[in-house]
Amino acid sequence: MKIMVAIKQVPEQEAHIHIDAESKWIDEANIQYALNESDAYALEEALRLKEMHGGEVIVLSAGPERIATTIREALAKGADRAIHIECDDLGSRDALGVARLLAASIKPETPDLILTGLQSDDLGLGQTGVILAELLDLPHVSLTLHVEKTDTGLNVKRELEGGWFQQIELPTPAVLTIQSGGNKLRYATLMGIKRAKTKEVRRVTAADLGIDSPPVAVLERVALPQKQRSTQMLSGTPKEAATALIDKLKFEVRVL
Amino acid sequence: MSGIVVVLESHNGQVSRISWEALAAAQKLASQTGLPLGAVVIGPDTETQATEASTKAVSDVIRIDHALLDQYTPDGFTHALDQFFAKDKPDYVVFPHTYQVRDYAPALAARLGRVLISDIVAIDEGPVFTRQLMQGRLAGTYRSLGSGTCFISVQAGAFRADAVESGSAQISKYSPTIEPHQIRTRPGEPFLGAAQTVDLASAQLIVSVGRGIKDADKIPVAQALATALGAELAASRPICDNGWLPMERQVGSSGHTVSPKLYLALGISGAIQHLVGMKGSQCIVAINKDPDAPIFEVADYGIVGDLFEVVPALTEAIKAAKQ
Repeated sequence: MKIMVAIKQVPEQEAHIHIDAESKWIDEANIQYALNESDAYALEEALRLKEMHGGEVIVLSAGPERIATTIREALAKGADRAIHIECDDLGSRDALGVARLLAASIKPETPDLILTGLQSDDLGLGQTGVILAELLDLPHVSLTLHVEKTDTGLNVKRELEGGWFQQIELPTPAVLTIQSGGNKLRYATLMGIKRAKTKEVRRVTAADLGIDSPPVAVLERVALPQKQRSTQMLSGTPKEAATALIDKLKFEVRVL
Repeated sequence: MSGIVVVLESHNGQVSRISWEALAAAQKLASQTGLPLGAVVIGPDTETQATEASTKAVSDVIRIDHALLDQYTPDGFTHALDQFFAKDKPDYVVFPHTYQVRDYAPALAARLGRVLISDIVAIDEGPVFTRQLMQGRLAGTYRSLGSGTCFISVQAGAFRADAVESGSAQISKYSPTIEPHQIRTRPGEPFLGAAQTVDLASAQLIVSVGRGIKDADKIPVAQALATALGAELAASRPICDNGWLPMERQVGSSGHTVSPKLYLALGISGAIQHLVGMKGSQCIVAINKDPDAPIFEVADYGIVGDLFEVVPALTEAIKAAKQ
């Protein structure tokens, strides 16, 4: 099975973020970056399928020079090779524009399966995989937790709302977006990290791919969210704060 | 026709609550833009839903019925709506932001060379649409460019279903052409995942833990507080993903939606997927070491601090208060 996994580098979940001077995006200086969480699960699913059925795992990512570290991390975990779509203007492309870049890099590889995470932890649009399926004219399932190979294609478990699930059968080639939590993530081994250094990372640019996709939706301004409730902050030592909270729960909320 | 179209989703023949919220958002957009608003119901036989929708303030209700829409598939819904929009060319299409919409609306928009501005929480003059970024830490304002259709999906709880204005609309039918071979996925019957032994939905007091608990070994810290309070213990998704608490205790879009009298969030940052499941709680208390955590946006009371110091102090204080 030839599997391609589209991954994204995003600010680390614990990163302290500040809005940039133009209020267009975050100030990227001093931000630690990491592999997007659900993309890590997509990579894990790909590596497991390869271990069971053989084949190749190719990771694919679009972004500036800094994403090279995340690509190496995926290679260290066990991906065989990578494609780095070099672009410094990822933020000014919309979901369709990014998916067009990915689709153009996927097409010549003719993979059996394309995996992406469910959504990115930074923009949270949750659309890349579904748009990829449309651009490549392939069937897809989103919010996938488990993937099983069958004689005719795949049988996957899809998450529905409120604790419900569903099995779905579909032929390959196909696109799946992977929900977090379906597997336990592996760590890169020392040997894996060493091997990753010699694995192929092919670099292409948007111009190489012949993709010029002016955005049809733009992020105009970034701001701090409006508070939905007025919060009383309780300060002091842990004991003082706890005592203050008990008073509130007793006399204001009346739940004690 | 141009104008605004809201696509209502239904379950078991009934229009879902979040669809009425999307209709409320669409009515707001209609009053801002002065455009006519139509409602679409889609399925194998949408008579009941159409009748329900026709009592609202919309100019018309369109039934998109086809036997192959009996079970939801992204191919079926995308084909049917694509054909309808090709004829109708709406300026705006408004969806509820559900798992189903997330599964097909991005493909539908892409087919028309457009994108979905997903999971919006506000509509302002322009129109511009606000959606959350960085897991709810920031808010971003989006604008649609060009002359094509603008697709938006509306976050659960962002607009009020009871704000939908009533009216009387005529119902018409649209029959799409769908061939069986165009539907490439074969969905099975939905099934419930975990055994349901707790009833979080009707719990009055909930103590909920998130990533801040750090380790499975530390769950008893939260359990002790829940026991002292007489509360149910719940969790955000990562805790259940890690197997530290069973899936049935998960609160959020993939778990339960709760609205207790008191929701105590311990070490929960407040990602969107969690907030949609608990922001209807009467009183929310957040304890988190990060003062910028989005959970504080929805909290009535907040304590910034180390939960391993604050929670035991709180447990002791509750025991003392109850004596």
